[in-house]
Amino acid sequence: MKRIGVITFPGSCDDRDARAAAELMGGGTVALWHSDADLRGVDALIIPGGFSYGDYLRCGAIARFSPVMGAVAGFAADGGPVLGICNGFQVLCEAGLLPGALLRNQGLRFVCREVQVIVRSTGTPWTARCQVGQRLTIPVKHGEGRYVHDDPERLAGEGQVAFTYAAGENPNGSLADIAGVRNLAGNVVGLMPHPEHAVDPLLGPTGGRALFESLLAAEAEAEAEAAPVSTS
Amino acid sequence: MSSTEGALPLHRQLGLTDEEHQRVIGSLGREPNQAELAMYSVMWSEHCSYKSSKVHLRQLPVDGPRVLQGPGENAGVVDIGDGLAAVFKIESHNHPSFVEPFQGAATGIGGIIRDILAMGARPLASLNSLRFGDLADPLQRRLLAGVVAGIGHYGNCVGVATVGGEVAFDPCYAGNPLVNALTLGVMPAARLLRGRAEQPGDLAVLLGAKTGRDGIGGASVLASASFEAGEEAKRPNVQVGDPFQEKLLIETCLELVERELLAGLQDLGAAGISCAVSEVAARAGMGMEVDLDAVPLREPSMEPWEILISESQERMLALVHPGKLDEVTAACQRWGVLATVIGTMVEGGTLTVRRSGEVVAEVPAKSLADDGPVYERPMAARPANGAATAVEGERDAGEAGIGLDGTAELPPDADADPAKALLALAADPTCASKRWVYEQYDRFVGHGTVAGPGSSAAVIRVPGSRRAVALATDGNGRYARLDPAAGAALAVAEAARNVACTGATPIAATKCLNFASPERPEVMGDFAAAIAGMAGACRALGTPVTGGNVSFYNESDGRPIHPTPVVGVLGLLEDAGLAVPSGFPAAGLDVWLLGETRAEFGGSAWQRLAGQLEGQPPDLDLDAEAALQRLLVELATRRLPASAQDLSEGGLAVALVEAVLARRIGATVELPLFEKPLVLLVSESASRALLSAVPDHRAELAALAAAAGVPATRVGATGGDHLVIPAVLDLGLDELRDAYEGALERRLAAAGS
Repeated sequence: MKRIGVITFPGSCDDRDARAAAELMGGGTVALWHSDADLRGVDALIIPGGFSYGDYLRCGAIARFSPVMGAVAGFAADGGPVLGICNGFQVLCEAGLLPGALLRNQGLRFVCREVQVIVRSTGTPWTARCQVGQRLTIPVKHGEGRYVHDDPERLAGEGQVAFTYAAGENPNGSLADIAGVRNLAGNVVGLMPHPEHAVDPLLGPTGGRALFESLLAAEAEAEAEAAPVSTS
Repeated sequence: MSSTEGALPLHRQLGLTDEEHQRVIGSLGREPNQAELAMYSVMWSEHCSYKSSKVHLRQLPVDGPRVLQGPGENAGVVDIGDGLAAVFKIESHNHPSFVEPFQGAATGIGGIIRDILAMGARPLASLNSLRFGDLADPLQRRLLAGVVAGIGHYGNCVGVATVGGEVAFDPCYAGNPLVNALTLGVMPAARLLRGRAEQPGDLAVLLGAKTGRDGIGGASVLASASFEAGEEAKRPNVQVGDPFQEKLLIETCLELVERELLAGLQDLGAAGISCAVSEVAARAGMGMEVDLDAVPLREPSMEPWEILISESQERMLALVHPGKLDEVTAACQRWGVLATVIGTMVEGGTLTVRRSGEVVAEVPAKSLADDGPVYERPMAARPANGAATAVEGERDAGEAGIGLDGTAELPPDADADPAKALLALAADPTCASKRWVYEQYDRFVGHGTVAGPGSSAAVIRVPGSRRAVALATDGNGRYARLDPAAGAALAVAEAARNVACTGATPIAATKCLNFASPERPEVMGDFAAAIAGMAGACRALGTPVTGGNVSFYNESDGRPIHPTPVVGVLGLLEDAGLAVPSGFPAAGLDVWLLGETRAEFGGSAWQRLAGQLEGQPPDLDLDAEAALQRLLVELATRRLPASAQDLSEGGLAVALVEAVLARRIGATVELPLFEKPLVLLVSESASRALLSAVPDHRAELAALAAAAGVPATRVGATGGDHLVIPAVLDLGLDELRDAYEGALERRLAAAGS
């Protein structure tokens, strides 16, 4: 079983949810601690939602300096799959691992609702099993989720837009309805919606399953390829 | 203390009466010094001591087969099976929220969360019961926006889901809004049963934030007195919250509890260190030596009395055996939480407080915590309200349960166009969708929200179990204003009915009693009546009261609020997968109305739209109510209903609007023809529910209802994109949705608030 590391910063709120979701989807999980630079050999990383260090300065601005983030940068540079959700997305942007920035919502209020999200890039380990144009219902919950970038056309042209909000669903005034982006290599993805809150049908929509399925299926295939077929 | 109060003796400045001052002297055998007086003033305040309510609260049923901890602790605890316990409590933060809505509401959330934490439970979810004045008033819009933002800010940051509650508007709350917050936590039942383990020599370790000058006298000066003009001067008495610190405190305390490193845990809320140390010592039957030099201060110049009664937020007091101190300190360091030994448990019952080696206070812990005055305040019955319009008109309850002859009694404006009436009710801020409010709350965190805001009751799956807990809060001040006993009983019934609609069995209650000054005999009369009504309903419905709080002095410039008993009911679902949703989930379902509809309009939403408040609130037959609730649970257990919701404020009209808009599934509902269709739409008869179910379940559902003695009428079917009552009204869902879901936002935007 592949192991997904979930980082806990002081103020992380969705770390337990992210682990629960990964386990529900058949993954193994490892709890990682912000002050520990050892990623303990995990196969993928989730930087969860919450309010790291209280987010009193600027969301993610302090978390990026924590010891674990140095290790995350190395892991990402080596092609390891990284998913930043909400505050985790903000942290990845602050750390320069993803382009752009996230500002206060246009409506100036925190917004929590289910939204329709459209997959725009399948060139990531988190969306490999999706179709371009596939609609996923996933909740958002944030006060600072308005995505900005100085050249969104170039971003789209280079395939770095991973998710957009469906028409009329943009909850925060994000530029070009961008809900999530990826790095050029595709292994680092960040998004404002919370896939970890959308995996269990008992609790509501299940649009988040596609991300976990993509990661875990891709890994299962890689495992199958790597392992010689044994006939015993 | 403001300069205008300079002439008053110190004890009065601190909120103690002359008689109470004498009682302190009697207790100590001497004059108290300033620090001691400050401690007594907060501990014997109405807010902390329940001195006016105690004699009445004793009437409430507190025991039941599932009650593990009743009133008197930080929160109530009930057995929910599988070795798990649910911890829950509701509390008010009314006055701080009026003085400073954002921080007042935020710290209210922080406080109730620490109450749950103090029991050793992980806080999972919160509900809020809010009351404001008319939104036409810009101040009310500002209060609503501030309170909601404050609740969201704090709850979202600490990662505790906000999953339900209610918001209502009435001019009586204009000068005194209500902010009641309920939090639910879950823990292994054994953690409570293990009991307390204090011993002499145990160390009192203060955890969390430094102590500052915020919230000095919050309990005594702010929470235990009425508002007069110029309440802004009380703003320094409101605490400021830091949810990040609270989040660290939660995780730290839970780790310490789970690793069994603590001998006791106590939150610091009202009355700060004074309250925490005296309650911990008094409960253990011991004393404590407290060293104020050790308390980390934000302002070093603080006087001993200020340190003792400061209500700085995000602090807990842990009791630790000396041998475990190193482990505790290390865990706190890892989370970045300050941990400071400020005292030692000692034999005997004396609380000795030192500063710079000198004794600054020496009092019996028990005297502070338990020996406060108890008042039997004078009571007076209110004059009867308006004309008695409760007419027992001709009824033909029959099997149908709908048997109005349409003439027995009429609502105001009885000839109004039913379609317009329905739209008006849908757009009434109290009845309308609270989406604008709850979209500012994180309802998802915790991986357990089976049903959140907009549902009859919130349903929270218990971590590590198939079980779920359902919670609802209800309380109708207009009913209670007309008849406090009936209003309180109806609040219990409605909250329990909401819980039962989800399929959960109501098992316990918590209450927040919001009243005006107890020094007014008519208010105490209302209070006593409300307690009696609540006690009866809780007995009949099997929901013992495990705690909560009493909030008096809810009045401004001599204008009292309506008596507003708010009740939170907790229910248990053996299987979270059995939870019944609210609102029609699909087309092609039968629509059922359970219960009996009578011509009852006293205190109704429809009366409010007509500017009236008169008559009697709906009659409550507790046997019929209990039968309906048992039936709802039974039906859910057999998976018969596709949806269920209760009928309450706004009656059938509002229930239908909620049902068709939940998933945008229309319905055609046939109502018995009678002269005035409005009667059936706006009556607020109690003990009713609106269900949908597949036609295959018709016979079984009818038979079960008949066996339970509950009238059940199949009134129509779901489908289409209209709400149709043939020959009465036909409304498109878009028009309904605009009225219902846009109402609050329109009112808030009206004046650019």
